[in-house]
Amino acid sequence: MRAIGRVFRKELRETLRDRRSLFTTLVIGPLLMPALISVALSMAIRHGGAPASRPIALMVAHAERAPQLLRFLRQYRVHVRAVQADRAAARALVERSHGPLLYVPRDFGARLAAGKPASLRLYADESERAVQSRVQRLASLIGLYGGTIARLRLVARGLDPQLLAPIALHAIDISTPQSRAALVLGMLSYAILLTMLMSGLYIAIDATAGERERGSLEPLLTMPVRREYLVYGKMLAACVMMTVCLVLTVVAFAFALHHIGLDRLGMSANFGPAVAAGIVLGCLPLIPTGAALMTLVAAYTRSYREAQTYVGLVLLIPTLPLIFANIMGLRPRPALMAVPSLSQHFIIMSLLRAEPLPAMDLVISAGATLALGAVLMFFAGRLYRREKLLG
Amino acid sequence: MIEARALVKRFGTVTAVERVTLRAADGRITGLLGPNGAGKSTTLRMLYTVLTPDGGDAWVDGISILTDPLQARRRMGVLPHGAGLYPNLTARENIEYFGTLHGLTRSVRRARTGELIERLEMQSFADRLAKGFSQGQRVKTALARALVHQPRNVLLDEPTNGLDVMAVRTLRRLLAELRAEGHCILFSSHVMQEVAALCDELIIIAGGTVIAQAAPQELQARAGTASLEEAFVRLTGLGTSEPTA
Repeated sequence: MRAIGRVFRKELRETLRDRRSLFTTLVIGPLLMPALISVALSMAIRHGGAPASRPIALMVAHAERAPQLLRFLRQYRVHVRAVQADRAAARALVERSHGPLLYVPRDFGARLAAGKPASLRLYADESERAVQSRVQRLASLIGLYGGTIARLRLVARGLDPQLLAPIALHAIDISTPQSRAALVLGMLSYAILLTMLMSGLYIAIDATAGERERGSLEPLLTMPVRREYLVYGKMLAACVMMTVCLVLTVVAFAFALHHIGLDRLGMSANFGPAVAAGIVLGCLPLIPTGAALMTLVAAYTRSYREAQTYVGLVLLIPTLPLIFANIMGLRPRPALMAVPSLSQHFIIMSLLRAEPLPAMDLVISAGATLALGAVLMFFAGRLYRREKLLG
Repeated sequence: MIEARALVKRFGTVTAVERVTLRAADGRITGLLGPNGAGKSTTLRMLYTVLTPDGGDAWVDGISILTDPLQARRRMGVLPHGAGLYPNLTARENIEYFGTLHGLTRSVRRARTGELIERLEMQSFADRLAKGFSQGQRVKTALARALVHQPRNVLLDEPTNGLDVMAVRTLRRLLAELRAEGHCILFSSHVMQEVAALCDELIIIAGGTVIAQAAPQELQARAGTASLEEAFVRLTGLGTSEPTA
């Protein structure tokens, strides 16, 4: 058994020596994903951001012909900019700037006063998505203004303004920054788990394919040590690397998300030490499982390069349940908590949302994941006893 | 002492080793001589327990490689063919690592490693990373690594491959010293001169079976030739060759 520790120490020492792969594993890995995700998140927050609250810039030609309307629009955060233009010039202006531009005809005031339909022209290039939504908002604002005038006219004629509203439709937009960010946040657990697994890749491949390619495997097998202990020692080293990487990644995320302001997403605003520690603890059981899986796959390949390709592909397997969960909108329940990687995803999300999972779910997650890890480790150990390992 | 009885190894339908029986005594250098593909490496690999025989058994100082491979390994120092090092460890660390796996204490490990570095004239590169080692430096390190636990039995598979003259001389001197100390040395080669220069005992192997085991002079006498090479060719039945000078 002590041989496990001996192999472990040597693997760690060798890994620490290899500055370049160490830099990639412990610096690039844990920083890259948090950086990418926080950019994506802040864009999701800003772009989708509650439309009604955002100001609209509107160019108005002949603003002097409709002062009341413009005063009304200004109340609804429309930034009016008066421009000097006839109809042809207005069109040309919109072609350059996409608009929108409101053109007030000469007879606008007169027709309004006479109780006749007063026309307005709204120029815009609606092939621009951003412009499209602005035009819709402007149209409904102007409609609202028209509706007010209509009701005033009815009152002036002694009629009930409710006659004009046979149906009251309330369109309620429940889109929140939180729901818009849901997809991006779903990627957060994906990023944490993938970065963590990747960090063990080097040692896991080195344990079999690497040793074989270098020709150091055969001398190693002549040592008076049970073969499975050799592979356990290597897996242990991979586990330590993965743990360090996991901690670094979660800390990086904590800083990144704190910077964005998680509370704006309606999530636990304090992605503080407690939540970070919870995420690390929740993910820990997946580490030995991942290390064993990668070692197993690498043992079947013929060269280091081939191992890199296959293990890289195999790393996608733990991410598949996450994708399903996102598409199908799965929620945690005991049966699903038995699925490794999916249960870790649920744990991460519940911690971020500050919606604690039942203790039983956590036990199931850790138990099922560790059980799978133990089985995989056993088989990895067995593989090391096969002669074919020598290639 | 190493003894093998009727070792058999098959890879699929190919029989690589067919009932090999041999004996390598203490205080002697025994050479395993044979053409490429004769089964030398496979035989050695079974002896140092990396391959499991499909038949027969072998004993290292009386310990069966089948029933107690771990104890058998403790008594062997092995230099496999093309033995590789850990590139991110120094020569010294490579040697010490095997010492730890043999369970040597730190002080013993250090002392033995230092001793071997001196003995194999490795001082100039002992504390450099193994990354850029020459073939000679690699073999020396691998050899020191194999000897760190002072094994009674030393098995070497084609140890002189790719070595320059100076390295070969160092190796020969070391093997002679180990013999004088009473170790049992078994090594394989397909280079006649090397075997002739070193061995007390020769095992000629061809087509997966042992054709002859005897002292070099005896083999020459048996084949009725003055040259060992001629004896080798006749015994292995490889056909007639040009007479050698």
